[in-house]
Amino acid sequence: MKSKRRRKGILSRLIDALFFRKKTAKIGIYGPPNAGKTTLANRIIHTFVDENEDIGVSTEIPHETRRAVRRGGIIIDLKSKSVQNQNPTPHSKTEERKSKAKLKLDVVDTPGLATKIDFHEFMAYGLEEEEAKKRAKEATEGVIEAIKWLDDIDGIVLLMDATKDPYTQTNIVIVGNMEARGTPVIIAANKVDLADAAPQRIINAFPQHPVIPISALKGENMEELYEEMARRFR
Amino acid sequence: MDMISEDKINSMSSMEKLRFVLDGVKSGNIVVLEGGLTPEEQMKLIELTMTEVNEDFPGIEMSGYPTKRGFLNLRRKTRLTVVGPAKVMRTIKKEKDLISAMISAI
Repeated sequence: MKSKRRRKGILSRLIDALFFRKKTAKIGIYGPPNAGKTTLANRIIHTFVDENEDIGVSTEIPHETRRAVRRGGIIIDLKSKSVQNQNPTPHSKTEERKSKAKLKLDVVDTPGLATKIDFHEFMAYGLEEEEAKKRAKEATEGVIEAIKWLDDIDGIVLLMDATKDPYTQTNIVIVGNMEARGTPVIIAANKVDLADAAPQRIINAFPQHPVIPISALKGENMEELYEEMARRFR
Repeated sequence: MDMISEDKINSMSSMEKLRFVLDGVKSGNIVVLEGGLTPEEQMKLIELTMTEVNEDFPGIEMSGYPTKRGFLNLRRKTRLTVVGPAKVMRTIKKEKDLISAMISAI
């Protein structure tokens, strides 16, 4: 029964892709807590919408984002931005045309996925016990919300912290679910501006998906990510 | 530690499996599933766990080997999955074919 549903899902996705291409793609930014999801969402909005608009606040405290937030009507137009790619990868003219085309998308900044949420961890960041318990409760609801959003997402940017071991169960579960649904995935190896970043570990762990090393905070290598998004999520 | 055979796992529906695993883990057991859970079941388990997190039960620690691709890259074969209470189990090292975990008393 379950496998039938999966096959139908893939088939209907194929039909949609061929005949009913959506004008706007809903792209979810997923990943573990503190990977930089809100920083990336803000960076995309600053680049293509408004330099002064933020989708959310990023702090060092995990689970700062506890509600999924959607920002609609973002047009990724690499031509008009005249973005210079510092590290062009060799690909055909057709692929280049595709990647340079406009992409209209809604970005969904999601709460970080986790298998455990302990309020004591928040107290280590200076929160009072009551506040920490409240945040933990909201964080559990946020994880559920992020999982529910997967049903409405057309593609995901899976953000991983390049300074940490990428082979975590949450990363494996997200990738496995996207593969089962036939949803395109781009992995962004974030925080490459830090000295101990090792994006190659992520490339080795998930060789079946494109991995783009970026720094969402410093804006490093964002053009390559935007081009990959324009190619994959059209 | 509960080590569950693939036959027993296959005899249960998805929801029964998840309930069985979570009840075991909430009782303080490490549950080892031969054959493992699918990525979809693991996602459902995370969702179910989040509904039951409280001050005494902060959640689960889960580790497993990634699924293997089968014939023509279509069929996915799940492998071993280990689930334990987050308070007592911690994954130390994880690679494609190796899981090192530390289990301590509460």
